[in-house]
Amino acid sequence: MKKAWRICWLALILLFIYVPVLVLAVYSFTDASMVGGNIGGFSFENYANLFKNEDLRSMILGTLLLAVVCAVIATVLATLGAIGSFYSKKLPKTLLHNANQVPVVNADIVTGFSICILLIVILRVNKDTFIPLGIGHVVLCAPFVYLSILPKLKQMDNSLYEAALDLGATPAQALFKVVIPQLIPGILSGFMLAVTLSLDDYFITTYTKPSTFDTISTYVVNATKGSQTEVKTALWALSTLIFLIVVVIVVLMNVLSGRKKEARK
Amino acid sequence: MKKLRFNRSQLCIPYAVFLILFVIAPLIVIVYYAFTNGQGHITFKNFASFFSSTNTLGTLLYSFSLAIVTTLVCLVIAYPTAYILARSNFKKKYVLLMLFILPMWINFTLRITALKEVLSVLEGNISKFPFLNSVIGMTYDFLPFMILPLYTSLLKLDKSLLEAASDLGANKLTVFLRVTLPLSVPGIISGMTMVLLPSMTNYVVLDMLYNSTYIMGSLIGSYFSAYDWNNGSLISLVLLVIIFIVTLVTNRFSDEDSNGRGALL
Repeated sequence: MKKAWRICWLALILLFIYVPVLVLAVYSFTDASMVGGNIGGFSFENYANLFKNEDLRSMILGTLLLAVVCAVIATVLATLGAIGSFYSKKLPKTLLHNANQVPVVNADIVTGFSICILLIVILRVNKDTFIPLGIGHVVLCAPFVYLSILPKLKQMDNSLYEAALDLGATPAQALFKVVIPQLIPGILSGFMLAVTLSLDDYFITTYTKPSTFDTISTYVVNATKGSQTEVKTALWALSTLIFLIVVVIVVLMNVLSGRKKEARK
Repeated sequence: MKKLRFNRSQLCIPYAVFLILFVIAPLIVIVYYAFTNGQGHITFKNFASFFSSTNTLGTLLYSFSLAIVTTLVCLVIAYPTAYILARSNFKKKYVLLMLFILPMWINFTLRITALKEVLSVLEGNISKFPFLNSVIGMTYDFLPFMILPLYTSLLKLDKSLLEAASDLGANKLTVFLRVTLPLSVPGIISGMTMVLLPSMTNYVVLDMLYNSTYIMGSLIGSYFSAYDWNNGSLISLVLLVIIFIVTLVTNRFSDEDSNGRGALL
């Protein structure tokens, strides 16, 4: 009996989480123009529009490109930062930790607005150069990469670096061939986190983006204010597509990590 | 490569410079702008008018009530969920947990679009219940941020303590109230901050669900559109102070490895 209650509770929460996404998914495969309306016929029209519509296509590609480029920059900066701070004295280490913590606890909107004031209002950097936007996204992502690398540094066997130096490696060689390979899991998960943070961001993007550029978030918010049915239903398709991709990635990650554990046994 | 000689701690210099330029400097600029007027003269007028206008104080109050209600709703939903997940005998708990946090990787504007469609079918005209819908929207958006830290802290809980308590004669309710609940306080606190701060600022959720009442974030948004950098900075400063106070309070309870969104991967 008690177990049944527990399962009921979990099922209820899962319903709350998944019903909207799944309803939209069902409607994305029809030619209906509004949810709750007549379902009408089965159609891939919305998915075709996603690739045919010039606006939508360039918006999606732009969002992805921005996320990957910023995640790469953030990962390089934060990886070096984490390694450096790990071997620093106590004072610089604490200072860097605290500075790194600022964007993490700060509201995105304040981060975005403050970067906008400094770069665009005071320094008069042209928005259209994408520099403010890029910097904004790196500020958003890098601290989380830093945080995901620190635990790996703590677990690392320090004597390996010393051994590499004793065996004649230069510090640079020791860094690239000994230290960084041990940090790869942290770097990778930090990179993934950076990509997802950048993809999900709305506020930093709004305050720093060029006026003609849109990411998925800003595009969707503008589209809901407009009344273009074609765009609206194409976004249902986009949401479903992202959902499917996320499911595939999560399943793959689970299968892979399961295999790794099997192999270790 | 061979000539390159460096101390490992110097690796953090680029990241430190980056943080100073684009995290610390913007915040200093915000403080400066909050206490100057458009001509650059130092003034307390922005400050005074924020705290004397019933409009802005009403916005502050509305933000607080919306944020507190959302946080409590999230806690009430997430605690039992995290508890059941962490204590289940299910072999692959992790997979079950993934089901609950997977939607987080879908862009939040797309998720809110989905929710809006479902709500409009259920309620007919969604602009009739602005406060309720905003709470639902934010809960829908931030629930995973609450479930995760609670799950981690409940999972870490030493089971032998629970056994000891019941061996010593405590009934199930007492065990929960006197052992489980106090030990999960770090999770509760970190989950609450993860929800409280964004729900004071994420005005996109309100906009998309046709709630035209302002919250703190909307004020920044409207000052941004009006090119009123000084008042926008003042609102950011108010938010910064709130965030600072919350961080100070929560630091007393937090455990090391919960770094908010960083715990996601």
